[in-house]
Amino acid sequence: MAISRRSFLKLAAGAGLAAGASLAPAPVGARPPVPRLPEAVGILYDATLCIGCKACMSACKEFNGLPPEHTDPRAIWDDPLDLSAKTVNIVKLYTHGSGLAKDREVDGYAYIRRFCMHCVDPACTSACPVGALYKDARTGIVKYNPDVCIGCRYCQIACPYNIPKFQWDSPFPRIVKCQMCDHLQARGSFPACCRFCPTGASLFGEVRELLREARRRLALKEGEPTWFPLRRVDSGSHTYRAAPAYLPYIYGEKDGGGTQVLMLSSVPFAKLGLPALGEDSIASHSETVYHALYKGMLLPYLVLSGLVYLVYRNTTKKDLP
Amino acid sequence: MAEEFVPVQTKVVTKPFLVLAALALTGLGLIAYRYVAGLGAVTNLSDGYPWGIWIAYDVLVGTALGCGGYAMAILVYVFNRWEYHPLVRSAVLTSVLGYTLAAVAIFIDIGRYWNGYKLFLPWQVNLSSVLVEVALCIGAYVVVLWIEFLPTLLEKHREHPKAAVWLRRLNHALPVIAAVGILLPTMHQSSLGTLMVIAGGKLSPLWQTSLLPLFFLLSALAMGFAVTAVESIASSYFFRRPYETPMLANLARVTAGVVAAYLVLRLADLLYRGAPVLSSGWLSAMFFLENLLYMVPLIFLVSPRAARNLRVLFLAGLALLLAGAVYRFNAFLVGFSPGPGWRYFPAMPEIAITLGLVSLELMAYLYFVKRYPVLPAQHG
Repeated sequence: MAISRRSFLKLAAGAGLAAGASLAPAPVGARPPVPRLPEAVGILYDATLCIGCKACMSACKEFNGLPPEHTDPRAIWDDPLDLSAKTVNIVKLYTHGSGLAKDREVDGYAYIRRFCMHCVDPACTSACPVGALYKDARTGIVKYNPDVCIGCRYCQIACPYNIPKFQWDSPFPRIVKCQMCDHLQARGSFPACCRFCPTGASLFGEVRELLREARRRLALKEGEPTWFPLRRVDSGSHTYRAAPAYLPYIYGEKDGGGTQVLMLSSVPFAKLGLPALGEDSIASHSETVYHALYKGMLLPYLVLSGLVYLVYRNTTKKDLP
Repeated sequence: MAEEFVPVQTKVVTKPFLVLAALALTGLGLIAYRYVAGLGAVTNLSDGYPWGIWIAYDVLVGTALGCGGYAMAILVYVFNRWEYHPLVRSAVLTSVLGYTLAAVAIFIDIGRYWNGYKLFLPWQVNLSSVLVEVALCIGAYVVVLWIEFLPTLLEKHREHPKAAVWLRRLNHALPVIAAVGILLPTMHQSSLGTLMVIAGGKLSPLWQTSLLPLFFLLSALAMGFAVTAVESIASSYFFRRPYETPMLANLARVTAGVVAAYLVLRLADLLYRGAPVLSSGWLSAMFFLENLLYMVPLIFLVSPRAARNLRVLFLAGLALLLAGAVYRFNAFLVGFSPGPGWRYFPAMPEIAITLGLVSLELMAYLYFVKRYPVLPAQHG
């Protein structure tokens, strides 16, 4: 009895130390952050240019084969209240007080487009058990492969922006999300939302060029006359107008580990419903905790061999009362 | 040698059994409807709350209630405390039933079940996904539990020559089976907690922590010990058999130790992170309910006199089971908020399906204890 207790305590102490070390909040082997892909493509959304016309919404539905949605049965138009399995892109309205001035936080209003942010280090792809959600190795677009999806909806738990949507009313449901019109990009075209945006509020391009364009805009003085590219950052066609009073912040440059969709606005992003995420991706945090315990299955093997030894010894030397 | 385990000699089909059968049939009918009309037709799940009571109750609470086999195996095989061996079999039975039904519930819950097998293809799984670890581990443990339960089934037919051969073989493999049967729940019960780490800020700081795996593991162990005690007392009462009083009193001390460790670590983590324990409104209330359900029974369990009182033990056990259940509901549903406008309360058919599955589990339990040598033989 004394021997068995002592050796058990030794093992327990060893296992406890190992478990404690690997569970510590600031582990040595933290999963490194994921860098941006060099050829990543994205969308720059400038809320100050958006006029709320919803041309992007109807183009999105047309080119992605999505049906209109009636949330109010009396409505005669497509009237989604939020993103859903039928709506993967939506323009929302922020208002405050009298709501008279555009792009003003107080007594003003602003538009905000919501769709997949195409994270640099997505939570959904880290969570998905079968790789049904995955990041395109070249463009970085977060795509969906229904052929392997098991419909577990862990992606919905994981996504900080609540982007993946599920077909709740179907016996053969799919996950539905913005895939940045990858089917159009495969034909040399670009996302429908940017192609049909009349003001250049949604702009398609390589992320590094979009970042350069966003920084150019933030460097402008309020009221300074300037140009804004239309449809694509490299399209060559522009509109001309005075620079608005931007907040000095590019949402998505670093938020949540960075996103390939970047946003500019005059109204604080929290007011527009975008989450405050910090600079580390939640995927890197989750994988750090998880891999601390399961890296190379080393810890489980160690515990198992200890267990086999103890059980074998204790079944051969039963300590009966 | 006297038999260590014996079947209870009463009828299987009784009035309560028929009530359970009616509930089970209702559940099965609604499950069939779910496969025709989709998940939205029978649940209140939404894009904001994609996981509901089938995950929170059937899987999280169900498998934790199924940790009796795990907790007792640790006591007997690791701590060499063979005096608890008489409780092992019924604990393994509740485990095998709880885990099997959790696996069934997962299959009802996943939307694209025909792709479910892809979880078991090594080239298909995503090794960064915590859900892979949970799914593979639970799957493997269901198989291990049935193997652990096999001797019970074989002993009934011990006159058959094949049965005797297999019993001997199983006995030979016991150390490995028991070791795997201890490792697997250690892995997936902790990983069930890790699942929510990736929910980040959507889970209230009262529950969101890197220590989720540790808390889920300790609370599962506490539930495993509690469920074994509650089940032992209840089956002695209902089947009019002698109570295992001294054994249960010792078990109470072990349980108290696990609960105390859990509470100390939980409190330390909350203080370290500066979690808004008092200022989270309704979530604070749920937090206090959860932890009172741990603290009150703990006070009784550490008192040696109270621990010999079966009524106290039974109620303390129930409170601990409730505490673990509330903790799991809090960490997955109550404390989870995808943003303004989202709400979730289970739909009637959703609850009925869970009730149906629980009824099936109870029916199977009654059948097995009355037909197979599960409960300890009467002694002394």
